[in-house]
Amino acid sequence: MNSFTYTRATAVEAAVREKAADDGVKFIAGGTNLLDLIKENVERPTRLVDLNHLPLTAIEAAPDGGLRLGALATNADTAWHEQVQKRYPLLNQAILAGASPQLRNMATNGGNLFQRTRCYYFYDTATPCNKREPGSGCSAIGGYNRIHAILGTSDSCIATHPSDMCIALAALNATLQVTGKNGERTVKFEDFHRLPGNQPELDNTLAPDEVVTAIDLPNEDFSRHFSYLKLRDRQSYAFALVSVAAALQLDGNTIKDARLALGGVAHKPWRDQQAEDLLKGQPATEETFRRAAAAVVENAQGYGHNTFKIELAKRAIVRALKQAAEGTQHAADIFTNSNP
Amino acid sequence: MSTTTTQASLGHPAIAPPPALGTVTLKINGVERQLEIAPWTTLLDALREYLDLTGTKKGCDHGQCGACTVLVDGKRINSCLTLAVMKEGADITTIEGLGTETNLHPLQQAFVDHDAFQCGYCTPGQICSAVGMLTEGKAKTTAEIREMMSGNLCRCGAYTNIVSAIEEVLNQPKA
Ligand SMILES: Cc1cc2nc3c(=O)[nH]c(=O)nc-3n(C[C@H](O)[C@H](O)[C@H](O)COP(=O)(O)OP(=O)(O)OC[C@H]3O[C@@H](n4cnc5c(N)ncnc54)[C@H](O)[C@@H]3O)c2cc1C
Ligand code: SF4
Ligand code: FES
Ligand code: FES
Repeated sequence: MNSFTYTRATAVEAAVREKAADDGVKFIAGGTNLLDLIKENVERPTRLVDLNHLPLTAIEAAPDGGLRLGALATNADTAWHEQVQKRYPLLNQAILAGASPQLRNMATNGGNLFQRTRCYYFYDTATPCNKREPGSGCSAIGGYNRIHAILGTSDSCIATHPSDMCIALAALNATLQVTGKNGERTVKFEDFHRLPGNQPELDNTLAPDEVVTAIDLPNEDFSRHFSYLKLRDRQSYAFALVSVAAALQLDGNTIKDARLALGGVAHKPWRDQQAEDLLKGQPATEETFRRAAAAVVENAQGYGHNTFKIELAKRAIVRALKQAAEGTQHAADIFTNSNP
Repeated sequence: MSTTTTQASLGHPAIAPPPALGTVTLKINGVERQLEIAPWTTLLDALREYLDLTGTKKGCDHGQCGACTVLVDGKRINSCLTLAVMKEGADITTIEGLGTETNLHPLQQAFVDHDAFQCGYCTPGQICSAVGMLTEGKAKTTAEIREMMSGNLCRCGAYTNIVSAIEEVLNQPKA
């Protein structure tokens, strides 16, 4: 590994100040993504500021009656938290679909938001990559791109955002509590991750010195009709090729409210509100679900090896919505989940 | 700035001298150990290279195989993806701390009884992971054990016997 120094932050403001004063500083939380990338020489910090001693591990009631997830709470503690299992089972399922138990014991909620793409060229410093080295080119376009994006891509980058947790957070309308040089602010989840455009080096919209202190889940009830469907090359411990977070509120067989977010298909969690509008007020039937699925992939573009994802995404959406409508998914029921 | 000979002083001006080594105190298998290590030393390397605790294995060094699994404050983690300095003050248990040759941990005994390995390279990680899994108390069925042990790969494919060894301990009546 590259050499770096190490300090511990004991207050959020101090962490922000240290990062603002020195470009070489990186925050470290669970370390599961950052240390991997340092070993690969993709990230080259000169100093690590350890966030683990900040008092941000609580999972508690949010001011609006929702739930506030501390940024330093682990993914495991979050998934298995009694309130998450009961009120936000979609999040429980999405987290448990990701990584491994060991990694979930280490990974923090804050770190999960910032995890970087698994594009193999991004990891391989011998190849051009606009995200790693702006202006050097994109090796995935015209290269091997089986795991890459089909929606919201640009000529500079077709990478996907790899998180499972974030797909559920997008569907659940989460908000982020953020502290930076200029104080605290709230960021809507959909405004956090960004599309690559001509600046694929930027994964999100935060300033480099901003710290996420908490993730808030609103006081809404999608605990009865939901599904997190993750399709991947092996049944566990693999990133999604396509994943779907679907959540419905039903009145009889009529869809009152609907949430639909996709993973593995874009540079950010892909929430499609137009498709959601096609669901609302409609009967919860396969025909309705097919219409929404078709709308989601209407502007999808394949790059060769990943073109199969267009049809896969469509079918996954229909299946996830069906599972959600049937209400057959249960919190922590990770074993009857969905794998084909 | 340290005065030791560094690559920089040997004529590589682009390479900054490494920061001075720091003292890190780790509590491993109940014993406090002090070591002089660079901040970028992973917990895995600290165990294997500085403390002679080579039971914990390095498979991939990237969080992808589970061979390096140890218990930190009772929870299973991958020691290759954390820094030793980040675990100061924590209670670390490695395979060496679980049992002794004459008094094996129940999971160690079960792995022997069920022939739950071939080359044995993944075994310390499998056992530490299984200890962590039993403490978590979520897995009850065979399918659940398989899912909750999916963070530990076995190149020899001893999975069937690994699962039956764990199942036996899971189903042992609590003393
Ligand atoms: C083998 C393997 C398989 C995996 N499989 C999956 C999977 O299937 N699904 C999935 O979703 N994920 C998967 N992951 C990724 C894993 O979920 C992430 O690595 C983890 O969530 C990152 O969290 P962390 O706390 O370890 O972050 P770190 O590595 O500590 O940090 C990551 C980044 O976040 C920044 N950061 C951390 N906390 C904050 C904060 N509070 N404010 C501002 N910046 C912050 C850091 O500066 C750093 O840049 C896998 C990882 C591995 C190694
Ligand atoms: S897809 Fe993005 S991350 Fe991958 S090589 Fe192209 S620019 Fe780099
Ligand atoms: S060596 Fe740590 S997971 Fe493979
Ligand atoms: S016994 Fe050889 S890797 Fe598992």
